[in-house]
Amino acid sequence: MRISPKLTQRIAVTLLGTATGATLLVLLFIIGFVLEKGLPVVSFSFLFSMPKDMGRAGGILPTLVGTLLLPLLAIAIALPLGVGTAVYLTEYTRETRLTRVIRFGTDCLAGIPSIIFGLFGFIFFVTTLKMGWSLLSGGLTLAIMVLPTIIRTSEEAIRAVPRAWREVSFSLGATRWETVTKVVLPNALPGIVTGVMLSVGRSIGETAAVIFTAGSSLRMPHSVFDSVRTMAVHFYIMAREGISNENAYGTAAVLVISILAVNTLTYWLMHRFIARRAR
Amino acid sequence: MRSSLIVKITREQVVEKLLLAVACSAIMSLLLIAVFIVKEGAPFLVKVGPRDFLFSSDWRPQAGHFGIYPMIVASLWVTLGALLMGGPLGIAGAIFLTEFAPPALMRVVKPAIELLAGIPSVVFGFIGVMVLAPLVRAYAGGPGLSVLAAAVILGIMILPTVLSIAADAIASVPQSFREGALALGATRWQAVHMVVLKAARSGILAGLILGMGRAIGETMAVIMVAGNAVKVPHSPLDSVRTLTANIALEMGYATGMHRQALFATGIVLFIGIMLLNGSAMLVMQRRKGKT
Repeated sequence: MRISPKLTQRIAVTLLGTATGATLLVLLFIIGFVLEKGLPVVSFSFLFSMPKDMGRAGGILPTLVGTLLLPLLAIAIALPLGVGTAVYLTEYTRETRLTRVIRFGTDCLAGIPSIIFGLFGFIFFVTTLKMGWSLLSGGLTLAIMVLPTIIRTSEEAIRAVPRAWREVSFSLGATRWETVTKVVLPNALPGIVTGVMLSVGRSIGETAAVIFTAGSSLRMPHSVFDSVRTMAVHFYIMAREGISNENAYGTAAVLVISILAVNTLTYWLMHRFIARRAR
Repeated sequence: MRSSLIVKITREQVVEKLLLAVACSAIMSLLLIAVFIVKEGAPFLVKVGPRDFLFSSDWRPQAGHFGIYPMIVASLWVTLGALLMGGPLGIAGAIFLTEFAPPALMRVVKPAIELLAGIPSVVFGFIGVMVLAPLVRAYAGGPGLSVLAAAVILGIMILPTVLSIAADAIASVPQSFREGALALGATRWQAVHMVVLKAARSGILAGLILGMGRAIGETMAVIMVAGNAVKVPHSPLDSVRTLTANIALEMGYATGMHRQALFATGIVLFIGIMLLNGSAMLVMQRRKGKT
């Protein structure tokens, strides 16, 4: 007996819809679980006091500072490099063998898993360049890790700036660089910011690359040569070594909320950017 | 007037050279990474011999035995398991959202699933330990922390990658293909699975391969849920240690030969990922060449 095509379609669509629904439920469950267990622990004093007894008691202030500083440093290093690369690729050259090599390298870099970045950062920045486990080593490692994201999003944003605007700028006697800095980059800014936010989100959640380069000191950092512990690393150590499940949940809740906030902001920015372009 | 023009021109040239140097930063970083990992690991590979390293099951660093065969098998099992979990769900989601869901639903669901990609791997790992592993222990047996638990968690983690790449591939199939099928009397589902999916095949494949790359490289979540026992798995309920977990677990205290062995493990992982990503790029390029 043949099942009618109409029925087959109903069955297929139901199955597909169920699969999508299941995916969503998993997402909601994960976020809900972490927030339900973690939020009761989070308080003003949890956020802004020093940890005691390896994190068994007290707060997470130094990890909050670490989570703030490390992505900031990584972006400060990666942003000029990434935007510079994008500007070169779009404004200063045609498609040549060199640009293909640069694009290929960027794609490869994007696919490298974080543990390899951790290994590299450890052997290069920490050991060979003698920076030790520090904010600087971690920041440099993360900078390389997020570089492909920044290059790609900036390139897209720059390409979206209408050609005519550049031509107007040239016709007024501006040089290429003046056109880039006064016309192209200001108009590509929202797109570039989107790339930055994506990178910040990724840096906040990163563990494997950070733990071997920035270390895991629970003290307050005083310079870029001090070791820091980010929230993600703190959460990992507490959960894995069974130091305190309660504080681990609390840290996880703060971590997830910060990442959701960053990503939501990114999404909002991206949509505003797209909407503006469509106009 | 004239001198300022000269200043402008030379400044332009300096800027161009500077930008060229900056543009090489990504490729230089990639080279630096490859060189330093190889420099640390290659002497060890030469000394021990790739055969003993890759195909011996004896991993006892203190006794000077370095065989990563169990870790290679574990990485493959966990990755394939993740693909079995996340692949069909991701593709199903992509089809539903691009072809059947009302646009309003799509606008809410797609960003929500992209948020899933932002949840850090340690949080996935922790959920695996607290929620999934006890379930596996209770209903399937074994220690709970296992290939199965790791595959499920990794499957969820690669889902957004598979879904968004597959969705892009499906959305980029020309509308006329669908209209042609519908005009011949096909139902929407027939048009989708007979025409659209065939046309989007290579893009979907690329998504699956990139998802595999993500699964094989994932570290923190796997350390937490796979159990980390160094042995060749015989059932999905066995505890295993993947290549990535091996590096991360022992890097903290390894010295000398042991540390070199971990870097050599890194080389194996690096080559595996490059092969996967390279083939994904090839598949994507072929697609571009065709249209």
